[in-house]
Amino acid sequence: MVYLTRKAEFSASHLYHNPELSPEENQRIFGKCNNPHGHGHNYTLEVTVKGDVDQRSGFVVDLKELKEIMNREVIEAVDHRFLNKEVAEFKDRIPTTENLAITIWGWLKPKLQVAALHRIRVYETTDLFVDYYGEV
Amino acid sequence: MKAYLTRRYWFSASHRLHCDSMSPEENRSVYGKCNNPHGHGHNYALEVTVSGRVDSGTGMICNLVDLDAFVNEKILERFGHENLNTLREFQGVVPTTENLCVEIYRILEEGFHFAHVEKIRMEETMLNSFEYAGGRKLRI
Repeated sequence: MVYLTRKAEFSASHLYHNPELSPEENQRIFGKCNNPHGHGHNYTLEVTVKGDVDQRSGFVVDLKELKEIMNREVIEAVDHRFLNKEVAEFKDRIPTTENLAITIWGWLKPKLQVAALHRIRVYETTDLFVDYYGEV
Repeated sequence: MKAYLTRRYWFSASHRLHCDSMSPEENRSVYGKCNNPHGHGHNYALEVTVSGRVDSGTGMICNLVDLDAFVNEKILERFGHENLNTLREFQGVVPTTENLCVEIYRILEEGFHFAHVEKIRMEETMLNSFEYAGGRKLRI
């Protein structure tokens, strides 16, 4: 079993706000992330897949194919978007890095036939990242 | 749904690697330049990984403000700009990054209760790093 990781980058804006909470509570819990017009990040996405090395190709997965799937299913949907307003999954779900990782797993899992998805890692900044392994 | 969140911090400290029960020659042979008598320093990078269920109301495992406050007060303030050999924790314990990892993990596990402390990872320099998960197997 070999693990393979492919990176991609995207830039997006978001804000943290729970409509069921009062403005004061939103401010207390989310701080500056609750500023009404949002703010942005340069995100880095790492997709890790695992599998046996194919005898003939020497690949776990065709990287070109993985890159295309990541671009089509993830980058197209989130790059240069305001996540709260433009991505359906975040209409009623706060676009934290945790929820972003879980959502990206949900997009990629059914599209990856070539190798097993192992981990989604999303860097919000170089000093903060979230890992999701598909655990419920 | 369970996720893992990692936050990266920095602090600078000095240390000298020296074991009292070894001869001067043995210390020199085991620790090399790290045994120089007046110590030397590093910029340590500390990565703290916590895990837990993502709260449906906040979308978070735990509030970063709480994690930052704990790490600042209990770890960065404690070890930053100190000579590790002079601290209580390292009397009779060589302040290698291995032992520093074990000590920092202990502080987190005992005192931080907003999420499960999964593991820590420390970079002593850009060329070496150490990971500790309280003795549990590390996850890729």
